[in-house]
Amino acid sequence: MIVLSADRLSISFGAVHAVDALSLEVEEGLVFSIIGPNGAGKTTLFNLISGLYAPDQGRVLFAGEDVTGLAPEKLARRGLSRTFQNLQIFFRMTALENVMVGRHRHEATGLIADLLHLPAVTRQNRQTREAALAALERVGLAAMAERPAGGMSYGGLKRLEIARALASEPKVLLLDEPAAGCNAVETEEIKAIIRSIAGDGITVVLVEHDMRLVMNVSDRIHVVADGHTLAEGSASEVRADPAVIEAYLGTQGAREATGAGG
Amino acid sequence: MAENLQFAFSGLTVGTVYALVALGFTLIYNSSDVINFAQGEFVMLGGMVTVFLGLAGVPLPLAALAAIAVTIGVGLALHRLAIEPARTDNPIVLIMITIGASIFLRGAAQIVFDKRFHSLPPVFGSDPIRVGGAAILPQSLVVLASAVVMVVLLWVFIDRTLFGKALIATSANRLAARLAGIDTRKIVGFSFGLSAAIGAVAGILITPITLTSFDVGTLLALKGFAAAMLGGIGSAAGAVVGGILLGLLEAFSAGYISSQYKDAVAFLVILAVLFAMPQGLFGKARVERV
Amino acid sequence: MSVGAPATQSRLASLWRHPLASTAALTALVAVTPLFLTSSYHYRIAVLVLIFALACVGLNLLMGYAGQISLGHAGFMGIGAYAVAVGPTHLGLPSWLSLIAGAALSGLIAFIVGRPILRLKRHYLAVATLGFGLLIAIVLTNESEFTGGPDGMLVPRMTLFGWTARGTIVWYWVAGISFLVGARLALNLIESPTGRALRAIHDGEVAARVLGVDVARKKLAVFVVAAVYGSVAGSYFALFNGHITPDVAGFLRSIELVAMVVLGGMGSIVGSLVGAAVLVVLPQSLTFLHEYEHMVLGLIIIGIMIFLRQGIVPTLAAAIGGRRQ
Repeated sequence: MIVLSADRLSISFGAVHAVDALSLEVEEGLVFSIIGPNGAGKTTLFNLISGLYAPDQGRVLFAGEDVTGLAPEKLARRGLSRTFQNLQIFFRMTALENVMVGRHRHEATGLIADLLHLPAVTRQNRQTREAALAALERVGLAAMAERPAGGMSYGGLKRLEIARALASEPKVLLLDEPAAGCNAVETEEIKAIIRSIAGDGITVVLVEHDMRLVMNVSDRIHVVADGHTLAEGSASEVRADPAVIEAYLGTQGAREATGAGG
Repeated sequence: MAENLQFAFSGLTVGTVYALVALGFTLIYNSSDVINFAQGEFVMLGGMVTVFLGLAGVPLPLAALAAIAVTIGVGLALHRLAIEPARTDNPIVLIMITIGASIFLRGAAQIVFDKRFHSLPPVFGSDPIRVGGAAILPQSLVVLASAVVMVVLLWVFIDRTLFGKALIATSANRLAARLAGIDTRKIVGFSFGLSAAIGAVAGILITPITLTSFDVGTLLALKGFAAAMLGGIGSAAGAVVGGILLGLLEAFSAGYISSQYKDAVAFLVILAVLFAMPQGLFGKARVERV
Repeated sequence: MSVGAPATQSRLASLWRHPLASTAALTALVAVTPLFLTSSYHYRIAVLVLIFALACVGLNLLMGYAGQISLGHAGFMGIGAYAVAVGPTHLGLPSWLSLIAGAALSGLIAFIVGRPILRLKRHYLAVATLGFGLLIAIVLTNESEFTGGPDGMLVPRMTLFGWTARGTIVWYWVAGISFLVGARLALNLIESPTGRALRAIHDGEVAARVLGVDVARKKLAVFVVAAVYGSVAGSYFALFNGHITPDVAGFLRSIELVAMVVLGGMGSIVGSLVGAAVLVVLPQSLTFLHEYEHMVLGLIIIGIMIFLRQGIVPTLAAAIGGRRQ
């Protein structure tokens, strides 16, 4: 079942066509990766899908419904969650509190109840805490729960954002360069986390530069360059596609790569 | 018709002062992202220092020059002693600092000068010139002409000199400017001094018409800011246009609606601009990168 | 956008955020202080501190937790103050009803005005709130038939079931208990889903939205709450003094409130009391400098923003907690 699709999405910033009539379809339960050279429009595509930008043309469909231009908070309530390339951590809250915010759409108390600290709020706080702790354990950060996020390592923060997004129990999780800036060990941890998430039936859409991670973890790969689709297929198909090789390595490099048996 | 013309004249006159205050705001905002609430005090100081030096026996032209110099000094001091030490980009902190400076300067003026209204003799006499049934003071023309001259000089300076280019660079991207070897601290300090000079000149020229006192600064700053917002904060042309527009809006609404709420016009303008077109008439909308 | 709260806090520092510790500390302070108050004048100062602290708690929720800025908060104090003046004088309403009506009116105005205003950010928001506060002050000054104009009007004392609220000692306990209730409610809010959402908005509005937080609604909610706090404080101010002028809603007042919140510590409810205390007591103890009042105030504001913008309470808490990390 197609759980997420983009239908000829386009957006321009001034004279720059960041995304140009791009279409893709993501099947439920798969790990779907979007790759491409820098400036190809991948994060812009994410921003379009997650409601941060409204497209100039085209549609976004989520679980069969047209959600084009819907605000991010409404998309979140339908089960779409995401992380950010440049980290949008709540630095003045603890790791646990960060993930607790991820539970927001499952929390049910209102302003008055919160002000008066009615028993329902105590119960809600406890439930949220427990769910948040579970998410932290999932990414191996349970020990850091009470640590202020501002004091955590970069790799830890990357995992924290994933835990926070997971806590909202999404149907589809968009990961924007989760391994960016991570060393080999941290990248392995991220890989394991992605596999575990996919194992739970959550659809993962990944934007990533680390080719080894992408090839290792993806069920399908969609290659983007200059704002439009270059190729799509399985890992081996994409790897052998001459257009892809050329986009990444240039014509000369492509000749060398294929000549050298790539 | 004559009535409308009269409103237009008074609106134009006071609008020019707003334009100059707005210009000062824009200069400082462009080079440092600071909204300088003490801008109005620069205007106040220009007028008041001239008046009191004059009362002390100093010939007026000299007093005026001295007033400009003093105000420039205050502007530079504001930058060096209050803005620089804060070491922050946080716009709220910076606004609060300039508000604090404005309160301080007002309090100081109260003591150094006095609490009364003061005037200065107009340059070309006080006989109004009759045009189409309405009257305009020669001093108003002086104010208008001086504003035009100042804007042109400013434009020439920014566009044609190396220092001016450095100013533009600093406002476009402070870090890049520093990496290119520009001493941004000096540039920002300079823009404070220049703003102060512009404000002081405006204050000296407008005093014969609207009088001056220790607390004219606050309202002027707010109205100047409204004008800058209307024109598009960051645009010098916008500041001038915004100022004139605001002056006219004020004069006409005072004439046709209510003179009691004249001061409210500026604040309503601020709110309207912020809601309807936050980038103002000539400003550019910004896109936030995630 | 942030002015206060250091990014790293030791365990002890975060203890101050625990609602129970803060409530206990504040209750102790309010209960014990009368032992040190030896004259009616002292009590009067204390009442003023508590009234302003109440307004500051509301403003702190808006600034310190939700990360918004309001340079026009005194406008709501003005609405509350004139409500308890106009209500009994012109409309024949009892004072306690007028107080509630004022709070409701403030909340309503905040709800209507807040929607468009809170879409703005940073200095645009600052100036919009500034303009709003000034508009209220202008209206209060101009509508002299109702409000007595620039000279203000008398405020009838509040009576409840035949008992009149009069006298500094009575008002100390009225203001003190109200402040404690207000502080408690605020502390409740902070450690709740709404509070976490507000803090998230402060630290990363985009991320908060993506997690399902209806940012616009939450900002509006805290703006309304802050307005109600301000209104009640303003009503108390008027009832206590027996007389009110449009200054209560003025620009200077709004700036003082912001300075109190920043000085005490943005994001610290205890800090609201500290900030209010300093900025109410200081001018009183410097009466010999009365002429220089504005100069001193201006310097204090500049000083706070340069040297103490982390706030007294968070700075102390971090220092006491030490660098054992």
